[in-house]
Amino acid sequence: MEKKRLRTGSGLSVYGRRLIAYIVLTLISFFCLFWFYVLFVNATRSNGELQSGFTLIPSTHFLTNWKNLLAGTIPVLKGMLNSMVVSTLNAILCVYFSTMTAYAIHAYDFKLKKYIYPFILMVMMIPSQVTALGFVKLASGMGLEDSFIPLVIPSIAAPVTFFYMKQYMESTLPLSLIEAARIDGSGEFRTFNHIVLPLMKPAVAVQAIFSFVSSWNNYFIPALLLHDDKKKTLPILIAQLRSADWLKFDMGQVYVMIAFSIFPVIIVYLILSKHIVQGVALGGVKE
Amino acid sequence: MNKKNAKAVRYNKWGYIFLMPFILVYMVFQFVPMVTTIYNSFFENYKAGLTQVGPNFVGLGNYQKLFESGDLWIYAKNTLVIWVMCFIPQIFLSLLLGAWFSDVQLKLKGSRFFKTVIYLPNLIMASAFAMLFFTLFSDGGPINSLLMQIGFIDTPYKFLSNTGSARGIIAFLNCLMWFGNTTILLMAGMMGIDTSLFEAAEVDGATSGQIFFKITLPLLRPILVYVLVTSLLGGLQLFDVPQILTNGTGDPVRSTMTMIMYLNRHLFSKNYGMAGALSVVLFIITAILSLVVFKVTGNDKRKG
Repeated sequence: MEKKRLRTGSGLSVYGRRLIAYIVLTLISFFCLFWFYVLFVNATRSNGELQSGFTLIPSTHFLTNWKNLLAGTIPVLKGMLNSMVVSTLNAILCVYFSTMTAYAIHAYDFKLKKYIYPFILMVMMIPSQVTALGFVKLASGMGLEDSFIPLVIPSIAAPVTFFYMKQYMESTLPLSLIEAARIDGSGEFRTFNHIVLPLMKPAVAVQAIFSFVSSWNNYFIPALLLHDDKKKTLPILIAQLRSADWLKFDMGQVYVMIAFSIFPVIIVYLILSKHIVQGVALGGVKE
Repeated sequence: MNKKNAKAVRYNKWGYIFLMPFILVYMVFQFVPMVTTIYNSFFENYKAGLTQVGPNFVGLGNYQKLFESGDLWIYAKNTLVIWVMCFIPQIFLSLLLGAWFSDVQLKLKGSRFFKTVIYLPNLIMASAFAMLFFTLFSDGGPINSLLMQIGFIDTPYKFLSNTGSARGIIAFLNCLMWFGNTTILLMAGMMGIDTSLFEAAEVDGATSGQIFFKITLPLLRPILVYVLVTSLLGGLQLFDVPQILTNGTGDPVRSTMTMIMYLNRHLFSKNYGMAGALSVVLFIITAILSLVVFKVTGNDKRKG
């Protein structure tokens, strides 16, 4: 049906096509936002109100639900804090060291370069799930279960971020600039920290957001490593909520908990959306 | 010239120094685990109740068991079916929206707003999103209430107990999460096409439909292949949504159990032999698909 619309689109005037585009886009936007609105509304309703049916009008029980959730058995605040710590460290390490790796490949000519660059590109696509078995065994062998180290340190070697940084460097970092810094007597390390990193700021910002979000949302590996309730991150707590006997649960609390893990990301995204959307497009064109 | 070379050599050792963190961490946290994963796949190593069996070397025994028990095929089929259900609407919507966003003639207002909205679901925690859909689509949940209030159905529809609707919800959720990303990638590709081609076609009297199918699509082929293969790779990793939605059971009747959920189950029950064999199989599939991406993007000279 849509295809037909595309073909016959030419028969229509530009105005007609524009009208169709607006209608379809509005519909799609509705389907993107509807769930979050329902989540918001339901988070403000009491359990009794939730049982009584569907509505689009917010109620007044948000704070009560929130207090009940905090008083409950799920360590939500601790989970949030854990997620924050892991994701922030991830973002910093991932971006800093990926830029450094990209700089090594971009600015220097060394013998092994022609092997290492294709190697990194080749391993880029290997998903972490495939090596999870060895990873979990390694972590428990090192006594690092219930520790954030295996969730944070591996982000130093992030081929996808490296690749983005490398592409960005090719278009923004002239080698003559590095040469000039050398003539001025700047050490290599200093050049990287004080000249290269600031120049890469837009790419750094975009990738920091992406690695923060992907770590924030990561469920598979943390669920295999973190067993102690005090160490669990938000996605694991959500999964726990799912396996609890949820029918006996106060549904208001369930919605508040979901809202609590979703809305902070939405707010940050809305503030930074311009850069994020551009960043995705940039990565696409240069891929 | 000679002097410059000497200088270059002096500096180039810094290339190795800057590479060190990556190489070290990669070796320890990705290469070693990969080797142990492959190594473990040749051993019988699991817990039967409280007794530990193995590790005993069994050669390719785990692989044989994996392929002979029909489970792998069922889960592979589930993964593929859900991926297809997700990908077809996704690529379709993305092409349509990408074409509209990049159409200079159309001059859509508020396209930044729409782009922001359609990309939003991509950043949402998949497990929280799945939990939200679980509560919304549960038997006594808001969607059923809504459908009953408007008189569409009389009794609650059991979305999560029917194969079609359970798979449909997973596919829909994944489509919702990824179509924005695909749209932006395709749009960027479409904007990269030389506009003089469109102008020439217009002068020759081509309709916008003809322009789309005869110019845009063929020129977009490398990006389309890239999107297809990376989406297939993503589909292979499908885990969070079905895991949370079905609480790891893959119900109804294992119809939503994916490959990674199967792997996760082996890992949790500490059946390392079978988990290893399954990982290696997944690794090989991934490697083949990655090679396709590598070939396609490597040959794509247009984007420079």
